[in-house]
Amino acid sequence: MKFLPVIWSNLKRKKLRTTLTLLSILVAFVLFGFLSAIKQALAGGISLEGANRLVVRHKVSIIQLLPESYKARMERIPGVSAATHLTWFGGIYQDPKNFFAQMPVVPEEFLPMHQEFLLKPEEKQAWLRTRTGCIVGRKTAEKFHWKIGDKVPIQSAIWAQTDGNHTWEFEVTGIFDGKDKNTDTTQMFFRYDYFEEARIGAKGQVGWYIVRVADPAQAPQIAKAIDAEFANSPAETKAETEGAFVQAFTRQIGDIALITASIMGAVFFTILLVTGNTMSQSVRERTGEIGVLKAIGFNQGQVLGLILAESCLISLLGGVAGLGLAWVMIGRGDPTGGMLPLFAFPVRDLAIGFIISIVLGVVTGVFPAIYAMRLRVADALRRI
Amino acid sequence: MSNANSEILVDVDGVEMVFRRGAEEIHVLKDLHLKVPKGEFLALMGPSGSGKSTLLNLIGGLDRPTRGKVRIGGEPLEGLSDRRLADWRARHIGFVFQLYNLVPVLSAERNVELPLLLTHLTKAQRQKHVAAALNMVGLSQRARHFPRTLSGGEQQRVGIARAIVTDPTLLLCDEPTGDLDRKAGDEILDLLQALNREQGKTIIMVTHDPHASARASRTVYLNKGQLASEPLQ
Repeated sequence: MKFLPVIWSNLKRKKLRTTLTLLSILVAFVLFGFLSAIKQALAGGISLEGANRLVVRHKVSIIQLLPESYKARMERIPGVSAATHLTWFGGIYQDPKNFFAQMPVVPEEFLPMHQEFLLKPEEKQAWLRTRTGCIVGRKTAEKFHWKIGDKVPIQSAIWAQTDGNHTWEFEVTGIFDGKDKNTDTTQMFFRYDYFEEARIGAKGQVGWYIVRVADPAQAPQIAKAIDAEFANSPAETKAETEGAFVQAFTRQIGDIALITASIMGAVFFTILLVTGNTMSQSVRERTGEIGVLKAIGFNQGQVLGLILAESCLISLLGGVAGLGLAWVMIGRGDPTGGMLPLFAFPVRDLAIGFIISIVLGVVTGVFPAIYAMRLRVADALRRI
Repeated sequence: MSNANSEILVDVDGVEMVFRRGAEEIHVLKDLHLKVPKGEFLALMGPSGSGKSTLLNLIGGLDRPTRGKVRIGGEPLEGLSDRRLADWRARHIGFVFQLYNLVPVLSAERNVELPLLLTHLTKAQRQKHVAAALNMVGLSQRARHFPRTLSGGEQQRVGIARAIVTDPTLLLCDEPTGDLDRKAGDEILDLLQALNREQGKTIIMVTHDPHASARASRTVYLNKGQLASEPLQ
């Protein structure tokens, strides 16, 4: 600690250069935070609740429908304890920018299957009583200031009613919360019986199934059994765990992990060069001073430590400021207005960012520090 | 430091220093012998390139001779590792440079404190030593000033305060007045003389200036790597 004033004074030597270096490190870590949050939103939102659930979709594509009659056949497969279906509604509330997912479900099957959604008993009863009723996640309810009893019109680009009208009206009968912060509370669910009766086409067809298995360890075998049950039928299936399903869904965009890793690799490599250059310049400018330090008794290890401490301090200052700024900005919520409901900066990535900032400091400081350590005193003093 | 041979503090015994420039060998010091008794103020004179600063570097443990031995207080320096030599310098040697060599981003008191950072003194103890050293060179009022706001003479006084703050056995001054006008130079020489006479510091001072060497108790001359008691005509 007694060397800290010396290290700090050296950072203040060229204020503009230090400020620019700090800013470049800060921007890199803000970018790191946002990419982590996007990766979390696209690939990381798999709840532990989903460990015992399979998603069964049409083998060709998620947008192909499956017969409603599959439910009973799936429930007869050994190891399957329950099955329920969902269908993509693709609705818009007032403006296309107000994106959130809506799906018709069978409440009596859906709620026991998804215990990560917390709904008050009286609100559940109200939903079961109200044919046009819907339940809405807390985030969406707060975003649009919806409350129990509100009637909300949703216009579907896919589904029309028997009278040709694409606008469906639902009554908010419940607002659900998530069991933990990884639970998506932007969605809206309404009753399938109302949807089935009112829609103009595709009667008896549903989007996909969620199947609960008795033993999560048996999930892969049960998925194979389900696919075998519907093999060679007009609507063959593809069964997979919820985690695999979400990952397959995001793979439509690309390999998110590879994309983010590539971008961050390029950014940090650039920062490595920028900061390394700053440190090298700074140390070479001080060759004479390093000679003086050695003359008055600083040994090689102490000189090495001083330079490394300086590069680590600059890297930590920029890194912590960048991570902090990213934390605050990401904490303000999904910047897309609903496309990334699980947009959050994972604490694990925050810790990784902190470690990266230390590693960055060591890597950028090690070569100038070795140069300073190896300087012969007499040679260094001649360069003043 | 050992007490053996205590009347001789610096013993340079048959030292040779050879630098290589490509295939060429440059003999800077040749079979040089020099003894400096404790408490002496020695001036080392000679033309440029005669090896004065090289000799000072060898005595201060900043460089190692090609042949021969340097003993300070009876302790031979050649057997010390780089790390132990650095520790030895911190305890026994105070350097005063021609261009002051202060760290520009540190205040006068922080510059003087630098050698004390290598000791186990507490912050309060370090501050006490720094205040005493600055007081000795008459710069107590300028302790918080940065080098750029000090005159050349004041900067050299800070340099001397830094050199004496650890109470070293030996002060090595490399042209301490070489960058100063006559008045400021005289003040620095007064200060060195006082340190020698009143505190018994042994001082070896490299200088070109006969006016400065006149303040020393003895002057030796170095020419083409060899010592003489009289300047070469």
